[in-house]
Order: sequence, then C-alpha cells, then structure tokens
Amino acid sequence: MSNRAPSNILDRPLGGRGRGNSNTTETFVSQSMFAYLYSELVQYHQSRVSSISELERRLESSGYGVGLKVLELLSYRARESKRETRLMNILQFVSANVWKSLFGKPADSLERSIDHADEFMIVDYEPLTSTYVSVPSDLGQLSVDAFLSGIIAGVLDGAGFSARVTAHSVTLEDGERGSASGGGGGGSNNGGFAHQHTGGASSLPLRKDKAVFLVKFNPEVLKRDSSLDR
Amino acid sequence: MSSSQVLLFVIVGKNEPLYEAEFHKSGTTGSSDSVTRQNYFVLHSALDLVEKAAWTTNQMYLKVIDKVNQQQVSTYLTAGNIKFMLLHGGRSEDSIKNFFNDVYELYVKLSMNPFYKYDTPITAKSFDTRVRAVARRYLG
Repeated sequence: MSNRAPSNILDRPLGGRGRGNSNTTETFVSQSMFAYLYSELVQYHQSRVSSISELERRLESSGYGVGLKVLELLSYRARESKRETRLMNILQFVSANVWKSLFGKPADSLERSIDHADEFMIVDYEPLTSTYVSVPSDLGQLSVDAFLSGIIAGVLDGAGFSARVTAHSVTLEDGERGSASGGGGGGSNNGGFAHQHTGGASSLPLRKDKAVFLVKFNPEVLKRDSSLDR
Repeated sequence: MSSSQVLLFVIVGKNEPLYEAEFHKSGTTGSSDSVTRQNYFVLHSALDLVEKAAWTTNQMYLKVIDKVNQQQVSTYLTAGNIKFMLLHGGRSEDSIKNFFNDVYELYVKLSMNPFYKYDTPITAKSFDTRVRAVARRYLG
C-alpha cells in the first residue's frame, strides 16, 4: 500500500478526527534527527550574526512561526471548537497541551511571579533544545532555548495575549530534580519526539540547570483579562 | 432583491482581509457592482461587533452577530483569532456551522504549509477551489 503520488496538502488528513484513541494519530520524529537539525539551525544563524542577543532573537523568530501553527493545529485536533479567552487558561494550554504534543510530557511547572502581576514562569528541567548543546564561556548568557520561548510567544500572540517571552537557565537547587530524566523508560513512545533513555544510564552528564521561560504580558492583555472577571 | 442568492465569504486576519469569495446559487448570474460593494460594506462594518463579541465567549462559532435589511453576518473565530465571516440572506444555523467547520479544517491544513506565513493573503488556487466546493455542498 505505497501510494506515493504527490497529494495536495489540503487533502491530507490532519488527525484527531474522533478516531477513538487519539494516541494513534501522533507521528514520531527521532530525537537524534531533531538534535542534528536543531544544531544546524543554531549554526546557520550563528554564522550570520554578530552578537548574542541577535542570535537569540533569530532563534526566537524561528520558533514564533512554529508556535502560531501549533496553536491552530492543537486546537483543531482537540475537536472542541473552543478558544481560550482567559489568561490562566491559555497558560495552562501552553504548559500542558503544547508541551505534551511537542515533547511527550507537560511542562514541569507553571508559576506566577510574586513581585510582578504580569509575569509568569514555565519551568522545564530537560528542554530538548539545550540537551545536546553546550554553550562556550565566551558566549556567556546565551540560551539556545530561545527557540522554545519563540514557540511560546507564537502561541500566546496568536491567541491574542501578546507577551515577551525570554528563556533563562537557572541553577538547580540540591535535591530539586525533575522526574523527566528517569521517567523515560525504554523508548516509550508517547509524544512527538521518541525518547531513547534506558533507565538512569543516560550517556549525557546530568544537567545542572533548568530552563525557566519568563512570560511577561503586555499591559492591555491584563487589563482586558481583569475586565472579564467582572 | 437577490440578497439570498449571493453569499459573501471573507477571511479577515489581524490587519487585512486574507481571502474573499462570492458564492452564487447555480443558475443566477453574478451580482451587479453596487450590490457587491454594499455587501462588502455591510460585512466590514460588522468587524467591530466581532471584536466585541470575541472576548465574551470561548466558543469558536459566534453565530449571527449583525442583521442589516434582509442580510445577516455570521462569524467563526479560529484559535489564532482569524475571523471567518459569511454574509447571507438567512440560512440554517446547522449548514453554516458545517460550512465553517470544513473551511476551518482547510485553513488549518493550509497553515501547516511552511511556505504560508500566518496572517498573509491566501492565494493558493487549490484552497479557493476547495472552499467553493464546500460552499456548494452546504450552502446550495
């Protein structure tokens, strides 16, 4: 059954059309392929920029387009014909649904900043983009997770909640270890990128930091959201 | 007045219309210039109402949001806040809902194209053919 005739993109099935078990509609991409492709992406941009912030900005704009499409695709696949209109709901959507469909597990935590009412943090202990990247000391504060912050910004912007999203690496405290690295199991395929962890014997050194995505919403978004509370 | 014969369907992005199509009942000829322009005017003036209604509900299908003379404007909002608007002379809610759902599916598939930039005019001929086919199926 190899129908290789080129089909129009508008004719191909999108998946999630109430086929009973929605797990069967997911496709998998090998993690090593993603790692290679992503490293090429970073190198491509690195050869064309002259500063760290420029590189981060380019990675962000690469992720932005992905975010917009992921938003539409996931909302369609959820088949509920509902959009998110509240701030907390869209953040839940990002940290649970988007993360789950891209990485196979929801984000490790979603926090609200105490000092600023418009800041939220999404934490991931093992972001895929920086797992295979080591940043040399002369590039200092560069975070290659800028790609992921671009994805988050794309999702939020598309839904009408414009925000500035930045990626930060925060050192892990003692004993603070996400369940991500041990929970992979032997090739459990439940997400977009198949994990090949074999128990705890990962060949990579344990990470010393977690990725924190700081989401700062624009003031009019908060105004609109609080006016909906009444 | 052949207002129930002509349907105007517009996809509006954040700043500009992305796609426009007029559907005629089979057998009738195209409408005159002034009718077309009036239809556009009615539809675009309903945009403010869409903006207002957008944040009050989390449904995608907003039903009829404006009634002018004999014509009604129905709207559907995608997850990315792209507005699908249909100007019609009174069709059943169900057929319009099905029409919007099918066009939404086509829109999501189109946005999966890496060469299609979000919020830009849609120029693909195949999209146009398929939208018209959907319109013929659900709107007569």
